[in-house]
Amino acid sequence: MTVQGWVLILLFTAIIIALAKPMGLWLFALYEGRSTPLHAVLGPVERGFYRLAGIDPQAEQSWRTYAVHMLLFQLVTLLFTYAILRLQGVLPMNPRDLPGIGPDGAMNTAISFTTNTNWQWYSGEAAMSNLSQMLGLTIHNFLSAATGIAIAFALFRGFARRQVSGLGNFWADITRVTLYLLLPLCIVYAVFLIASGVPQTFASMVDATTIEGVKQSIVVGPVASQEAIKMLGTNGGGFFNANSAHPFENPTALTNLVQMLSIFSIGVGLTWCFGKAVGNTRQGWAILAAMMILFLAGVGILYWQEAAGTPMMHGLGFAGGNMEGKEVRFGLAASALFAVITTAASCGAVNAMHDSFTALGGMIPLFNIQLGEIVVGGVGAGIYGFLLFALLAVFVAGLMVGRTPEYVGKKIEAKEVKLAVLAIAVLPLCILGFTALSSVLPQGLAGPLNKGPHGFTEILYAYSSATGNNGSAFAGITSGTPYYNALLAISMWIGRFFIIVPVLAIAGSLAAKKYTPETAGSFPTTGPLWIGLLVAIILIVGGLTFLPGLALGPIADHIAMINGQLF
Amino acid sequence: MTTPSSIFSAKLVAPAMADAVRKLDPRELIRNPVLFTTAVVALLLTVLLPMGGTDLSAGFQLQLIVWMWLTVLFGTFAEALAEGRGRAQAASLRATKSELTAKLPDGRTVAASRLQRGDVVVVETNDLIPADGEVIEGVASVNEAAITGESAPVIREAGGDRSAVTAGTRVISDSIKVRVTQEPGKGFLDRMIALVEGAERQKTPNEIALTILLVGLTIIFLIAVATIPGFASYAGGSIPVAVLAALLITLIPTTIAALLSAIGIAGMDRLVRFNVLAKSGRAVEAAGDVDVLLLDKTGTITIGDRQASELHAISGVTTDALAQAAMLASLADETPEGRSVLVLAREKHGIAAQALPADAEIVPFTAQTRISGIKLNGRIIQKGAVDAILRANPGLGETAAANELRRTTETIARAGMTPLAVAENGKLLGAIALKDVIKAGVRDRFAELRRMGIRTVMITGDNPLTAAAIAAEAGVDDFLAEATPEDKLALIRKEQAGGRLVAMCGDGTNDAPALAQADVGVAMNTGTQAAREAGNMVDLDSDPTKLIEIVGLGKQLLMTRGALTTFSVANDVAKYFAIIPAMFIVLYPGLGVLNVMGLASPNSAILSAIIFNALIIPCLVPLALKGVRFRAIGAGPLLARNLAIYGLGGLVAPFVGIKLIDIAVSGLNLV
Repeated sequence: MTVQGWVLILLFTAIIIALAKPMGLWLFALYEGRSTPLHAVLGPVERGFYRLAGIDPQAEQSWRTYAVHMLLFQLVTLLFTYAILRLQGVLPMNPRDLPGIGPDGAMNTAISFTTNTNWQWYSGEAAMSNLSQMLGLTIHNFLSAATGIAIAFALFRGFARRQVSGLGNFWADITRVTLYLLLPLCIVYAVFLIASGVPQTFASMVDATTIEGVKQSIVVGPVASQEAIKMLGTNGGGFFNANSAHPFENPTALTNLVQMLSIFSIGVGLTWCFGKAVGNTRQGWAILAAMMILFLAGVGILYWQEAAGTPMMHGLGFAGGNMEGKEVRFGLAASALFAVITTAASCGAVNAMHDSFTALGGMIPLFNIQLGEIVVGGVGAGIYGFLLFALLAVFVAGLMVGRTPEYVGKKIEAKEVKLAVLAIAVLPLCILGFTALSSVLPQGLAGPLNKGPHGFTEILYAYSSATGNNGSAFAGITSGTPYYNALLAISMWIGRFFIIVPVLAIAGSLAAKKYTPETAGSFPTTGPLWIGLLVAIILIVGGLTFLPGLALGPIADHIAMINGQLF
Repeated sequence: MTTPSSIFSAKLVAPAMADAVRKLDPRELIRNPVLFTTAVVALLLTVLLPMGGTDLSAGFQLQLIVWMWLTVLFGTFAEALAEGRGRAQAASLRATKSELTAKLPDGRTVAASRLQRGDVVVVETNDLIPADGEVIEGVASVNEAAITGESAPVIREAGGDRSAVTAGTRVISDSIKVRVTQEPGKGFLDRMIALVEGAERQKTPNEIALTILLVGLTIIFLIAVATIPGFASYAGGSIPVAVLAALLITLIPTTIAALLSAIGIAGMDRLVRFNVLAKSGRAVEAAGDVDVLLLDKTGTITIGDRQASELHAISGVTTDALAQAAMLASLADETPEGRSVLVLAREKHGIAAQALPADAEIVPFTAQTRISGIKLNGRIIQKGAVDAILRANPGLGETAAANELRRTTETIARAGMTPLAVAENGKLLGAIALKDVIKAGVRDRFAELRRMGIRTVMITGDNPLTAAAIAAEAGVDDFLAEATPEDKLALIRKEQAGGRLVAMCGDGTNDAPALAQADVGVAMNTGTQAAREAGNMVDLDSDPTKLIEIVGLGKQLLMTRGALTTFSVANDVAKYFAIIPAMFIVLYPGLGVLNVMGLASPNSAILSAIIFNALIIPCLVPLALKGVRFRAIGAGPLLARNLAIYGLGGLVAPFVGIKLIDIAVSGLNLV
């Protein structure tokens, strides 16, 4: 580990914490439906959309209506993308004449992008036309991100509102988030990327002559526009297979820093926005503090493991850290940091190959995903996932002050506990269940490239990534088979909507409750004690479930490596 | 009514053991899903044991099975023990009930159980009152020791707020007619029997929520354990069912699940021992959540009776003349207030009370006039509330004397005292200042409540000035002056609309609506039947100050649940570290490094974890029954304290415990 490495890590942390409030303020305006400076320009566009669709943005929706409208919207856009991918061969903007995608692959990808996962069984440059990339996939990068934020808003309203049934309007929420937040930011962001050297063109290939005099065709395309929302919306689906390790996606040290910041920016803003929405910004800061503790612990371990390298490599004369699968231009610290950020958030973009990390180093991204990607997390999904754990923590420990558990003025009762447990149980069910299945069935065993615990980790990682809607891969696995496409698609769907629907139900139940004013006898949900408790509950309830899997995967892998055995 | 007994006294333990076995009935066990799961797993292993088919020795498996069954038994035992404490009390109450007979006005005697609501019975000296009812004729002193444990008799009389009588109490003088107000089998005594027995016990809202959480955790851990065989198969091995079962049983929250109902029963029991009957567990929980306490000034904040402390004569009237008139007006006034006027006149003004002249005509106090007095040799001396005196003497109107009296009144009120005006033949003489005596220590109690986040509101019939002065002196947060029952009800509704939970106590029929509206309404046992029906608790001692302790008991119940849940969940870390390496060492020998406790062998580790998991239940039974002590130190410090003890303690204790058991298990060569 180097001083520069830690300077980068701490600099990143400082900037991201500084971003929480300004981003939060902007989000809060959208949450409230207030006017922003952009309304002067985009206001007519927004109203035009409502008129066109016949929507009254003021019409309050109950949690059920909100959920049904949201689900229908997902279904329609999913089928739209499925159609584009299947018909790719006959549709325009296909300069490389790529054929249509098969049914299992198209369904997997359509679900993957609808659920903000961006799991890619394919290699973007080899399988997707420009139309598929821009219309089929990038559209979901916006809409799935906006949906996540909308759900978070609905949950915030559940906490903030008193004795009402309305949680806001789904259509108004996604329209505002897309129009006033995602689109403007992405335009600026894309222009910055273009200026930094990221291609943005409808051309398909450039021919280059290498130093050895060989002619090489390099795929280009509308990369910058996809890249911006890929990070900002924690989607993670790269234009190229190499994702942000590719010089055309992530050309410079500065773009690397900006990409990392952009993954977390909306997520940290939402923590502040939550505090503001419930009338006490310290509530938001407490959540962010707990997230940052888990984040820095992850970065510390991963960076330490990668910098320590492996005894086998040292034996071969390669001193220093483990550089396998990493870009030399980014180095150890920036790769470790990126890996933690992308898995702490449900982004899944990578600038280094997680499969090539040391065993324990590779365990950190895996564990981050298994916790439910609640350390800042995916846009919207991070904060609502985190709040589920907060409800659980309040319920387990809150009784210890001698009152019925309360969180930000709402009593937490049987209904909320039931729904929170239901949502939290989805993760182990899909991740562990499908991993166990794939560890037994020949179709599953055909997937991993490596043998032994490392191969097991590849399977475990795939289902963790899909269920957690992350999308990154332990790239050793061959997942483009009908078996994996189907199971991973199911994981992604369940991991997204079997959490969102209970979250909306919780929001509905909370909104209908009275507000309980805070007194000296109320359970304190700000301050170090609460932060420590949150971290402990997340690790014990969220993390311990995965210990058997981790023991048989990365931990066994690590011990074997120390003993000189590789897989 | 109860004698505290040691938790583990032989008298309670032996029947509890028998009950613990009886509670294994699946129909009863299913009420506790975690213990039910444990029993199912234990049963499965018991059935599988003779079939063999595993490398594990039968002896080892048998030990696991025995400890799993013990885990279930310890849980049912905890519940049985908690119930047993109440059952002894129920038995004596039931004995009282069985001997009740009723005398009808026509002289017939019938069994008390045949009385219907509305029947009238005659109860004479030394008779037990056969049913709950209302005195409609006569006055009697009644010994209520059977219900309250208090042997000093109380007066029960027709009309007013002391008319309610309870079945099973004994009339020790005089004879009364009682109209039965209960349905057969649904009286106070029946309710008490059911309560202390725990027969009517239903899960409270918080208990239901906690049970759901425990079920949820059980499901999550079931997933975690059920997927291990698949993982193991990838690694080219298999894990014996008994070992998987052991991991499951140690991970699911058996500790809190086993103690949950015992905690609830013990919480109710603590109230009963405190001579308070809660009609539901929900009321006890609500007591812990209370944000606002409405406290009657008289009897709670001040000692019941005001004392005359000063005389204020109107200009032109000597203080001695006022003292003389006040003394005469109070001669027939038997109230402590009236007595104190005589004391004041004698001690401060040297005017001794004279004997009541035979020709004096007494004007008694009535609620309508609010004036009392005396007619003597043509003198009419009146004593009463200032506005009542002014109203009774319209001639005074806006005279200088009346205005002076009003100013005096204000001065007296500002000092926290209550003025009584004295007039003679329609002429004002002055005012007597009655002083409230604030109970010792209440100020500290209110400060304590404030630290608990509870606001106190004093309810009084006094005027606002007096009320403000007393409120400031007593240290309550707020007051409601000149309070009518409607005002009380309105205040409760207002607080509730703001999301706060309100507790109050009351005894009169006109308190009934407020008692019913309050989240915690404690009716005084001496109160009317209407009040006792309306409240959700009845204080058998009729001591309004106990409201504060009731809140503490509610909090204690919730805290005990939270503390043991946290402890139970925190325990899982150590159990994972005991069993995971033991389980996987056959697959990857290197995973032995996870054996951080240095346990002797895989089998010893697994057995030690399951033994610890079982033994921790009886170890915590005393805590579950006694409850975690509540301290009024504010939520933050309280949480810090409890997290340190039960959170951190729960993390560390099993590491130590499992290690110690492992030393014993390996030392004794049990595996």
